[in-house]
Amino acid sequence: MPSRVTMTVNGKTVSREVEERTLLVTFLRDHLGLTGTHVGCDTSQCGACVVHIDGRSVKACTALAVQVEGCSVTTIEGLAAADGTLHPMQAAFREHHGLQCGFCTPGMVMSAVDLVRETPDLTEQEVRNALDGNICRCTGYHNIVKAVLAGAEAMKAEPSRIAAE
Amino acid sequence: MANPNGIGASVRRLEDQRFLTGRGRYTDDFKRPDMTHAVHVRSPYAHALVKGIDATEALAAPGVVAVLTGADMEADKVGSLPCGWQIHSKDGSPMKEPGHFPLARGRVRYVGDAVAVVIAETREQARDAAELVMVDYEELPAVASSTRAVEGAAALVHDDAPGNVCFDWHLGDKAAVDAAFARAEHVARIDLVNNRLVPNAMEPRAALGEYDASNGEYTLTTTSQNPHVIRLLMGAFVLGIPEHKLRVVAPDVGGGFGSKIFHYGEEAVVTWAARKIGRPVKWTADRSESFLTDAHGRDHVSHAEMAMDKDGRFLALRVSTLANLGAYLSTFAPSIPTYLYATLLAGQYKTPAIYAEVKAVFTNTAPVDAYRGAGRPEACYLIERLVDIAAGVAGLDRTEIRRRNFVPAEAMPYQTPVALQYDTGDFAKNLDIALPLVDYDGFAARKAASRATGKLRGIGFATYIEACGIAPSNVAGALGARAGLYESAEVRFHPTGSVTVFTGSHSHGQGHETTFAQLVAERFGVPIENVEIVHGDTAKIPFGMGTYGSRSLAVGGSALVKAMDKVERKARKIAAHMLEAAESDIEVKEGRFTVAGTDKSLGIGDIALQAYVPHNFPLDELEPGLDEQAFYDPKNFTYPNGCHVCEVEIDPDTGVTKVVAFAAVDDFGRIINPLVVEGQVHGGLVQGIGQALYENCVYDESGQLLTGSYMDYCMPRAEDVPSFTVRTHEDQPCTHNPLGVKGCGEAGTIGASAAVMNAVVDALSAYGVTHLDMPATPEKVWRVIQAARPAPALAAE
Repeated sequence: MPSRVTMTVNGKTVSREVEERTLLVTFLRDHLGLTGTHVGCDTSQCGACVVHIDGRSVKACTALAVQVEGCSVTTIEGLAAADGTLHPMQAAFREHHGLQCGFCTPGMVMSAVDLVRETPDLTEQEVRNALDGNICRCTGYHNIVKAVLAGAEAMKAEPSRIAAE
Repeated sequence: MANPNGIGASVRRLEDQRFLTGRGRYTDDFKRPDMTHAVHVRSPYAHALVKGIDATEALAAPGVVAVLTGADMEADKVGSLPCGWQIHSKDGSPMKEPGHFPLARGRVRYVGDAVAVVIAETREQARDAAELVMVDYEELPAVASSTRAVEGAAALVHDDAPGNVCFDWHLGDKAAVDAAFARAEHVARIDLVNNRLVPNAMEPRAALGEYDASNGEYTLTTTSQNPHVIRLLMGAFVLGIPEHKLRVVAPDVGGGFGSKIFHYGEEAVVTWAARKIGRPVKWTADRSESFLTDAHGRDHVSHAEMAMDKDGRFLALRVSTLANLGAYLSTFAPSIPTYLYATLLAGQYKTPAIYAEVKAVFTNTAPVDAYRGAGRPEACYLIERLVDIAAGVAGLDRTEIRRRNFVPAEAMPYQTPVALQYDTGDFAKNLDIALPLVDYDGFAARKAASRATGKLRGIGFATYIEACGIAPSNVAGALGARAGLYESAEVRFHPTGSVTVFTGSHSHGQGHETTFAQLVAERFGVPIENVEIVHGDTAKIPFGMGTYGSRSLAVGGSALVKAMDKVERKARKIAAHMLEAAESDIEVKEGRFTVAGTDKSLGIGDIALQAYVPHNFPLDELEPGLDEQAFYDPKNFTYPNGCHVCEVEIDPDTGVTKVVAFAAVDDFGRIINPLVVEGQVHGGLVQGIGQALYENCVYDESGQLLTGSYMDYCMPRAEDVPSFTVRTHEDQPCTHNPLGVKGCGEAGTIGASAAVMNAVVDALSAYGVTHLDMPATPEKVWRVIQAARPAPALAAE
């Protein structure tokens, strides 16, 4: 049975009729056309679909769209500033070559942003442990870890922007 | 002043902006008006006859548009997926090449073999209806491993391949090898398995087929590393569509690692079905489907022996390998365990005689083909494990036996006994650079420190060489390739001085949009942001052989240089005309064309404008326009080489192996973008470490895939691997391509597994362990330790 679901996505209110079994990631990709959020597995292991729900990182394949009713969702498309300026974490991924094919990248960046918000001071090992839920096949993680540590420093330097999401 | 965005600069990637903001466009991101969705019905059996397919219930399900089967394809005269390389057996007979149809015809041969496709309005409806397709299977006995496949009583995967043998091939001088063994002082021996892997690019495969009835044109958008090859294979051999009516687009592709080189049945299915139903058809694999149906990698069982003189000098190498090809021949499958494997068995050593036999067999498993490194990691792993054992047999340090047998730099170019001619390389130098990076001299102290805390520590080396820049067409053709392996490039200067480069190479993470632009920026002095690299579309690019075998820069980059040479020649003519000078008097430097000895000069931008506004051109001698195309066919393979050193610590109580240090010293020839090169190395290393410690593709005896998800197939994650120490040196450039580049895409994967396993065996040597097959999982390591307890070396303390 279709249900109406209403939520805020990247600052805009959206409302759609969806089948109740529709996953949040399907809702974002197929119903809203926000294809930056990717699907890399079917067992909630890879993390390519991580988005923020009310500021917390969530694998969008683990939630039904109807469960997110009334929430505020941020996807990778909503992370940069309105004028296109990259979020410090996005900029750090670029600066440190933390991405290659780009497929895991949206989930990786969204996870990293939430990680740094929760724990601003991180060691390399803590970053590695915390990214356990995001698989990358290209980078060998070396530059992702560097990027997250650099992004964490940059986020400290720009607290006002970070709080705005 | 050197161009800040030219050769040698770590330019931040131009393509990153779209990937970082969610605006990359991958195949599954495309939506078309009236688009339908395909879901395949796949065999749950490894081997069965298909007695019938009843789609009545599925066709009545909500949203279902069509259910199509192999019989429908046969009626439309759809052909078999072709194989791009033909191997001949020892006796001269050609390999067995059974039919490989996009939808099975009467018999299925592995779990996941497609028997029907359901097309519906939504993906969910297609998936629901696929459950309703009733397939009447009669299960047949199956064979899932190569060692079982060659047993007399084994089930036959194909009736026309007796003994399940596809080919029984050899390379090298058997008589010379036998003679050397007869006079050997020492012989080292090893039996090893190169474990089967699933490539696991993070983007699952997908394909979108479209047909335009107004002009009879088809478009296939697909997750491919080489769209032109797909157009050729699918158009000419499978669907019978001429090239000018078939466009293949490979947009942003989320990793390939070899698995997206091949022409897969789903591509043909959606293209064919789009015409049949008159609507676009999209198929996207879920990860479970990827595990079942992406071509897998490796899967060798080998025996090898090294004959040595009394000083540990190698006299001869003898190798016998059983290679699993899976149920059908994937596009390049036969070349992997032959010409990309046995030809590398000399490694970095001057072994004078080598003989390799490779028997390749069919099994009821997914097809096996190139996976990052493709044959070369298998060769490196075998040699480097054997060399470690040889060190023990000859009583030499593992670095010393390598030094003693290296092909010296001054012997280059060096003709190996297995067909290849190395152009450059200084293997001792790689080792010299690597040892201090890991503080080799301090290893004994670190080992003692580990022992004091109850841990085992080991160090391992892999000194590898690979053949990349695939491939000289004449050589490849002589060895059985059914295609040429050149590359194309077109350089188009626009009137206002910006540049579009069309390359037949394809980027799916390698960073072509940056590194190729650096070549143009360096050559013509144009701002890098004014250079656009276009790839992945047969409608835009003249031709292409795509990306694999670390060939993009060595072959595609060389084609680009050739096209830029032509542009420069044309620009020189235009400059001479504009400046009223003789062509021979024009000096060219970084896009500036100057009359020698004068201050009269023109920039490339001015020349480009004049080329398109040729108001006073002498048209008999000078054509308007500044747009040149070139094809480059390499003269030889390139030979990246290096020394990888791994240090591990093992907890004997849990069997957990931790990579505590890893240094990679690589000779990639000249380097265009160090940042990108290091990234390629890091990624390769983790895939190699993954094979050594974590990854393993397992089928049970009935042919069921036991490791069909990320819950069961252990992918390396961030916490499983260390940060790396990576060094390159550029003083041994390739001598036969214009850039002096060798390629860097596969090196990490080629060296790492051997380095890790040599370190693991070193750590376990106290227990008398001389070999352990990959992956060295905690359970396997723990069992080995338990079986040997108490270890003599530890007990003595």
